[in-house]
Parts: sequence; C-alpha cells; structure tokens
Amino acid sequence: MNENLNSINSENANDVTNDINNDLSNVDDVDIGAMMVPESGMPTVGQKKEDILLDVKGLKTFFYTSNGTVRAVNDVDFYVRKGETLGLVGESGCGKSISSMSLARIVETPPGKFEGGEITLDGRCLMRINEDERFLISEKEMRSIRGNEISYIFQEPMTSLNPVFKISKQISEPMILHRGMSKKEAHKESIRLLELVKIPNPERIVNEYPFRLSGGMRQRVMIAMALACEPKLLIADEPTTALDVTVQAQVLDLMNELKERINTSIVFITHDLGVIAEMCDRVVVMYAGKVVESSPIEDLFSSPQHPYTQGLISSKPDLVTTEKRLNVIPGSVPDLTDLPPGCPFHPRCYKASERCKVEFPPSHRLTDEHLVSCWECKGEEIVSVSETTLEGGEPA
Amino acid sequence: MNDTALLEVKNLKKYFPIQAGIIRRTVGHVKAVDGLTFNIKRGKTMGLVGESGCGKSTTGRTLLRLLKATEGSVTFDGNDMLAMDRSKLRAFRTRMQIIFQDPYSSLNPRLPVSEIVGEAMMQHKMVKNKREMKERVNEIISKCGLFAEQALRYPHQFSGGQRQRICIARALAVNPEFIVCDEAVSALDVSIQSQIINLLKDLQDEMGLTYLFISHDLSVVKFISDDVGVMYVGHLVEYGSRDKIFANPIHPYTKALLSAAPSFDPAARGGKGRIVMEGDVPSPANPPSGCRFHTRCPHVEPICKETVPENRELEPGHFVMCHKAESL
Ligand SMILES: Nc1ncnc2c1ncn2[C@@H]1O[C@H](COP(=O)(O)OP(=O)(O)OP(=O)(O)O)[C@@H](O)[C@H]1O
Ligand SMILES: Nc1ncnc2c1ncn2[C@@H]1O[C@H](COP(=O)(O)OP(=O)(O)OP(=O)(O)O)[C@@H](O)[C@H]1O
Ligand code: SF4
Ligand SMILES: [Mg+2]
Ligand SMILES: [Mg+2]
Repeated sequence: MNENLNSINSENANDVTNDINNDLSNVDDVDIGAMMVPESGMPTVGQKKEDILLDVKGLKTFFYTSNGTVRAVNDVDFYVRKGETLGLVGESGCGKSISSMSLARIVETPPGKFEGGEITLDGRCLMRINEDERFLISEKEMRSIRGNEISYIFQEPMTSLNPVFKISKQISEPMILHRGMSKKEAHKESIRLLELVKIPNPERIVNEYPFRLSGGMRQRVMIAMALACEPKLLIADEPTTALDVTVQAQVLDLMNELKERINTSIVFITHDLGVIAEMCDRVVVMYAGKVVESSPIEDLFSSPQHPYTQGLISSKPDLVTTEKRLNVIPGSVPDLTDLPPGCPFHPRCYKASERCKVEFPPSHRLTDEHLVSCWECKGEEIVSVSETTLEGGEPA
Repeated sequence: MNDTALLEVKNLKKYFPIQAGIIRRTVGHVKAVDGLTFNIKRGKTMGLVGESGCGKSTTGRTLLRLLKATEGSVTFDGNDMLAMDRSKLRAFRTRMQIIFQDPYSSLNPRLPVSEIVGEAMMQHKMVKNKREMKERVNEIISKCGLFAEQALRYPHQFSGGQRQRICIARALAVNPEFIVCDEAVSALDVSIQSQIINLLKDLQDEMGLTYLFISHDLSVVKFISDDVGVMYVGHLVEYGSRDKIFANPIHPYTKALLSAAPSFDPAARGGKGRIVMEGDVPSPANPPSGCRFHTRCPHVEPICKETVPENRELEPGHFVMCHKAESL
C-alpha cells in the first residue's frame, strides 16, 4: 500500500550522502593532474599495448601503525587484458583486497600510503609514484572513474551498505548521480537489477533495510549495484562467499554475460579454486604482499610451480576426499610488519635452499605467460621493469 | 535415538513480520523458518545447506535464542531453551556459541582483539586476572593462525579472513559445548580453511564439541559433517547421514544442489552436468502452496501443488519431504 510514507525521513531527495564513493572521504587527494599527465606505461612483456586494459607495476601500499609498518602490497605487478578474467588468489591476509582497493583508490590514507607503483587503465595513467615523482589523478576524476569505468564488489557487503537506508535508495543513488536517471526510473531499475541477481520478490526487498536480508542477499545487492554501471573493469572481491552453488552459478553466468556483451575485464578474488577454474583465463598467486606466480589457468592446475601454489592446490578438500584430516601448508603466514629476509615463503618451504633465506627470488619465465618467483624453479630469469626503474633492486 | 542428543529441535518456526504504512501495520510474514525438526548428538556435526535466503542463519540464531522463536521447542542437554529465564540463559551462553556469518558487523570496532576475544572470559570469571586473560587470548588466536602481536590491533586493521578468525577465536575462548558455525570458514583460503577445520575436528575429538555447521561449500560440509540437513524456503526437505545424502540424494532439490557444485577441473568449464533449475526462487514471504519446491521441480505432479508433503523416514535416520520420494 502506501509504503513510501514510512520512509519520509530517509528519502529526502537532496540527501545524497549515501553514495558509496562519498564514504571514501579519507582517500589520498594529491591533485597534480592539471599540471602534467604522464603518458601511459610500457605494456608488460610480450603483450600488445592495445589489448591491455589494466597494467599495474611495482605497486606498494603500506600501513603505518603503532606496531610497525604493514607491507600489505609490496611491489606487485600484474596486467589484465580487455575482456579477460584474472583470478587473484593467496593466503588470507596476503594483500589481495588491499591490492585491488589500491587500483580503485579506496584505501584509507592515512594510515595507508601508496609508496610506489604505476597503474594504467585503458591507456590512462592513474598513478605513478617513484623516487622522483608522485603523481595521482585527482580524487574528483577518480570518483568519476569509479562510477563509470571501475565497479567494485566488496568482500564484506556491510562495509559498503549503509544500515540506515533502504535498499532502493542505495542502488538508486549512483544511477541518479552517474546516469542521470530520475528517482522513479532508478527505483524501477533497482527492482530489475535485483531480479537479475535472482532475489525473490524484488518489489518487497527493495523497500527493506540491509539487516533484514540474508548474507547472500546482501552480497547480491552489491553485485547488482556493481553490474549496473556496465564497467570496463569489474573488481569482484570474494563476491560469492555467501552464495549457494546454484545462485553462485547464476551470478557467475551474469558476469560472463557482461564480459561477452561489452568486453568487461574482471579481476576476480576468491579462495575457491573451483570458481577460479571455471571463471578465469589467467591467475595471479600472491603470498605476503608479493606475486609469487602468475600463469594461464590450465598450467596452474596441471603444473603449479611455486611451492606455495603447489601447497594451495593440494589443500583443497573435494567431493571425493576420504582422508580424515586435510592437508595444510605447515607453518603460518609471516607477519607483514616483520617479513623474513630472502623469499618470504622460505620458512615454510620444502624446497628452501640457503640462497632462499637471504636473497629475494626474481621472476623466472617458464613460458610466455607463466612466471614464477622462486630460486628452485627453472626458467629464464627476468628483471622486471619496476625493479630497474623504480628502486634498483629489492631491499634486503 | 534421542538418548544421546545434545540438541533436539521440534517444529521450530520463526516468522518475521512485514510492516507497512505509517503506523507500521503488519501486513504479512516472512516465514524464514517454518517447522524444522532434527537432533544433533553430542560430539557430532550436523551440516546445514541450502539456497541463499532459505533460513539457515535464522535457524542458528533462533536455536541460541538470539531471535525469539515463533513456535516449536529447542532442548539443549535436557533443558528447554525457549522457556529459560534470563539469568539461566546467561549461564548457558558460554555453553553455546555462534560464529557469525558477517564478521565485520559482529565485531565491536572500538575494542582491540584482546578485549573482543577475552571479554567473555573475564565476565564469566574463567580467568583470574587480565594477565591470565592475555595469555589465554594469545594462545587461542595463534591456534587460529593470528599472531600474538596482532591482539592489540582493532578489527578494521585486518583482512576479511583475519576478521573471520577473530570471530572463531572469540567463540572458542569460553570452552563451549556447542557452536553454530555460520559460514565460519567461507572467507578463508584453502590452507587456513583446512587448518581451522582440523582445529574444530581436534576440539571435537578431545572435548566432545558439537557443531551445527552452516555452509554453502559442499566439499567442506561433506568433509566435516556426520549428518546433513538440506533446507529449501524454510523447510528441511532432506535430512540424513552424510554418506546417504551425498551418495544417494533423494529429494529433487538436493539432487539439483549437488549437481551444481563447481568442478575443480578446468576441463569441466561451462557448467556441464549441472541440473539447471527452471523458474524463480520463491520468496518466504509468499511461499508456494503444497511442496515449496513444486514451482521448479522436474518431477512435479498435481498433488505436489496442493498438499505439503510429510516429512517421511524412508530409511532409519533418512528423512525426505517429497511425495514421490519412493519412486525417485
Ligand atoms: N588499516 C589497516 N591497518 C593495518 N594493517 C592492515 C590494514 N588493512 C589491512 N591490513 C593488513 O594488510 C594485509 C593485507 O590485507 P588484505 O585485506 O589485502 O588481505 P587479503 O589478501 O584480502 O586477505 P583475505 O583473504 O583474508 O581477505 C593483512 O595482513 C592485514 O592485516
Ligand atoms: N531481521 C529480519 N527481519 C526480516 N526478515 C528477515 C530478517 N532476517 C532474515 N530475514 C529473512 O529471512 C529469510 C531467511 O534469512 P536467513 O538469513 O536465515 O537466510 P540464510 O539461509 O542464512 O541465507 P544466506 O545463505 O544468504 O546467508 C530471508 O528471506 C531474509 O530476508
Ligand atoms: S513433492 Fe513433488 S514437487 Fe516436491 S520435490 Fe517431490 S516431486 Fe518435486
Ligand atoms: Mg580480502
Ligand atoms: Mg546466512
């Protein structure tokens, strides 16, 4: 009936404070964009420049806390082609979310700080930080990029859903702001989007508050919001952790449909290797703030090279496991404020040699697209662009 | 069979009112949990699976009286949970714990981890002083794969999976007998997930812990559970031993659910072998008549649309809510 009446307080038309992007009031706001716009970075090895949508080189994001410096993202390189799905995997706390949040520039700064790296999106430089230069495009431009070109699905929906506003308001506002829809149109579109992500009875749910939704329903509200702006780059951080397999399959299909229809590129963070196998073209494996292996999907499962990747693949319980205990990688992830010297994985590695304990392993190329950072993996050694130009070698 | 049941649930219902209009008149109900009956034996694990929004979390919360049940009974170790007064309930709180699905909103952002995990130990006088509390906290969080130094940090300074482990540590801190694990390992990578699952299993072997393990990850559920319940729109449509459910699922919904599990093998990409369920997921605010699955069931017959199927015990301990169970 007259359901709108009970929401007078929250539906004030001028109140647009709820834009997710506005929640990010604390972001790094160095605006020198008007002064100089550096040309885009060199494409990564062997790739045609035009094919690359996103190129990240030497990215470093640290947190300065009273207990020391957390090196959450510590010299990370990767790229994503147009229309490609890149998987990002790695042990909990290794820096997957902070890496991708750095791309969209939604890391709180301070305590966080971008300490290095170059990010290029579709030929446009979003960030270039090295010894002589600190360039970040303005927060205003970044906001428009987040509304139009990059969509972000957060790992924990409640970090970005506002508990005091109805779902309809939360989905509508970016559409009113970025796509110039009227309130009425946006409300209608919200219902359609909820339907798309298979939420039953969307006409009712759109008028609910987030706390009255189940975990998976909240996650799907986030997904609906992210798909709405038809982005060039979709960053999906554990988007299906709360979804059952059937709904998960439907949501994955929806993402693939976007990829096929408008050639969206996807950065897909998940610990679910089954989903990785089904969705991704290439995979980047992280450990303690570093990329340790990157490979096409087929190689990752058939011939994982890095000892950490090998441990990861063999830990997975599957529907045919009959063992009493699950495999684990012995030891635990290092504290990112106090990283061991050499290869960060060496204290847990079955292959570790003396060299691994003192020297950080550079990337070795096994095949054109299969790179691994490990002294014990054979292949041609490559010196990455970032190491030479940004810092002249790995700090001890 | 009931002699050793630690938890007995009979005909449990939880309805949420739907309110509308300026005076917030109740215009209907979300029948989130609608008549659940099951037991969990001491020292055993029951897995609970089902589509998103089917009522799993609501079941867990209602059992622990974090939500008020609409109808039914819950007996824990011989005590009527739903009739208990507040002071008795408080004493029971340490015996029954929950690991919430959403760590972010269940952790107090203003407290450091040491307080979050240690608070209840202090409150219930399980430790003598703050120093002892700190020691206990460090011991528990390191079992969960965190560092003692991290105990001084606040929840927002952790990653998603680290926050989830803080919740696990908090639940384990008070030496409970029964834990509702609501998607407790779903944000964890496989290695830490395995470490936590092994920890839960060890505690079960050593101290006889009992779990209700809610998860959509079928391989994990299969690994950890003794019994498995399958929910669909507020009903428990199939319930039985793990081996029965996985090797010989009977209910058409269970079959579809199992067939949709993503395969670990990139060769099986593209959803080969999935039973794709047609039709929309019904809403618990307006559930279908008769069998709630009839709108999507490939075996539907006229009776399915009219009569709610009984919960029948097809074999000892294997319950199915389907008119055609025998012929499937
Ligand atoms: N605000 C902060 N202050 C200090 N440290 C932080 C902060 N935010 C994150 N970290 C640390 O940075 C590291 C990387 O975090 P991130 O969220 O990227 O991990 P993740 O790989 O996404 O892990 P998960 O799989 O558990 O979500 C973690 O060790 C975390 O403790
Ligand atoms: N506080 C509430 N008020 C009203 N409705 C609610 C409330 N909590 C849950 N519901 C509704 O009850 C139904 C069941 O929710 P529940 O959280 O139990 O689902 P679930 O099985 O845990 O799903 P998921 O796998 O997505 O977490 C949903 O339709 C939800 O919208
Ligand atoms: S009762 Fe009928 S509709 Fe329901 S699952 Fe069985 S066959 Fe299908
Ligand atoms: Mg994360
Ligand atoms: Mg839930």
